[in-house]
Amino acid sequence: MDILNKLLPAGWMTIKILVTSAILTYLIAFIAGLGRVSQFSIIRTLTMIYVELFRGTSLLVQMFWIFFALPAFGVEFSAFWAGVLALSLNYGAYASEVVRGSILAIPKTQTEASIALNMTRWQRLKLVILPQAFRIMLPGLGNNSIELLKGTSLVSLITLGDLTYRGLIIQNTNLSYTVPVFVLLLILYFIIALPLIIIVRRLESRASKGVAKV
Amino acid sequence: MTWDWTFAIEVFPEIFNVIWLVIGITLGAYAVALVFGLILTFARRSSFKPLSWIVYGFIEFIRSTPPLVQLFFVYFALPLIGISLNKYVAGILTLGIHYSTYVSEVYRSGIDSIEKGQWEAARALNFTNSQTWVKVILPQAIPPVIPMFGNYLIILFKETPLLMAIGVVEFLQKAFLIGADHFKYLEPLTIVGFLFLLLSYPSALLINRLEKWSNQAYGKGSR
Repeated sequence: MDILNKLLPAGWMTIKILVTSAILTYLIAFIAGLGRVSQFSIIRTLTMIYVELFRGTSLLVQMFWIFFALPAFGVEFSAFWAGVLALSLNYGAYASEVVRGSILAIPKTQTEASIALNMTRWQRLKLVILPQAFRIMLPGLGNNSIELLKGTSLVSLITLGDLTYRGLIIQNTNLSYTVPVFVLLLILYFIIALPLIIIVRRLESRASKGVAKV
Repeated sequence: MTWDWTFAIEVFPEIFNVIWLVIGITLGAYAVALVFGLILTFARRSSFKPLSWIVYGFIEFIRSTPPLVQLFFVYFALPLIGISLNKYVAGILTLGIHYSTYVSEVYRSGIDSIEKGQWEAARALNFTNSQTWVKVILPQAIPPVIPMFGNYLIILFKETPLLMAIGVVEFLQKAFLIGADHFKYLEPLTIVGFLFLLLSYPSALLINRLEKWSNQAYGKGSR
């Protein structure tokens, strides 16, 4: 009980990081995902470089680079923002593939039909493609947010006081707490993930229903 | 302060030398994931319901909690209940078991894609259960999902920096130690990023190829 009381405040930090970086992640995912299917090859190339750069290197390496190496160029972030930035850029790159995949999954005939209806490019995207793509991408984005939650534990390594960090400190001050601390940590993370897991399961079963298959 | 080429060139070999350790950890964890993943898949399909439910709970729990905390649990907490592992074994086991839950989903999707007729045919031929699996189901279920297994090899490789948390000197820890020695983090950390890109991106391209080939060979969407 004593341990739980000490851990819970740090749980808010984890949730704060999760929510902030989730918002940024989806923003980046949509921009990059749409960028990958843009009509301008320069935008396509730039977003591809971004996606491959962040998917090709390790999240922890990116976090360390932003926190420890960027200051050499005079760009300094607090541990919180360095963590959030690394998480969002990394998971945003993965999520942008979900966005891109869902857009590409919409049958070509839909595009052709909207061209035949004389819609502009923007109308086509907003009224025809995105509403359909959105329901395909939802389960993927949900899974992405569970991965993001797991990723937040890495901020403890750049000394930000999240759940994992606090757990380590409690374990360090009293070694007999080791087993309960880490068991509690796992359970707490699972409790935070639980609503996300349930939502993803719902979305998955719903995504397969009521969508016309070609 | 800006990029210092002499320093970068000086420390590059020192970081690069760790490559065998990183490859060893990656392959070790991968082997654990493939084997344990298959065991999970079978246990999940077991007709003995309690076992199936426990395995399902285990998979959900491991998948949705951070591997970093699992690593701490294995390395710090297990010794207190009598299981002492050195840091390499602890790292390999943690990563391996964490990703076995993902790998088991891959096996499952492969097995689910086998038509019911194949099971019925095997039964009609009087095959035993194990004969059905070894001779009929697995040879058809695994080849189409090989590209996905390739993806997990790359993902595991990119997860190895996690082991720095328990004192394994892999790429990132090495770079960080060098950085701390010279008060210069930019070059060593950038080299690590470059190494990951250099090793994982070409493999990813290769797997993309494999995936295209596999889709053609095993006729995705032919059903």
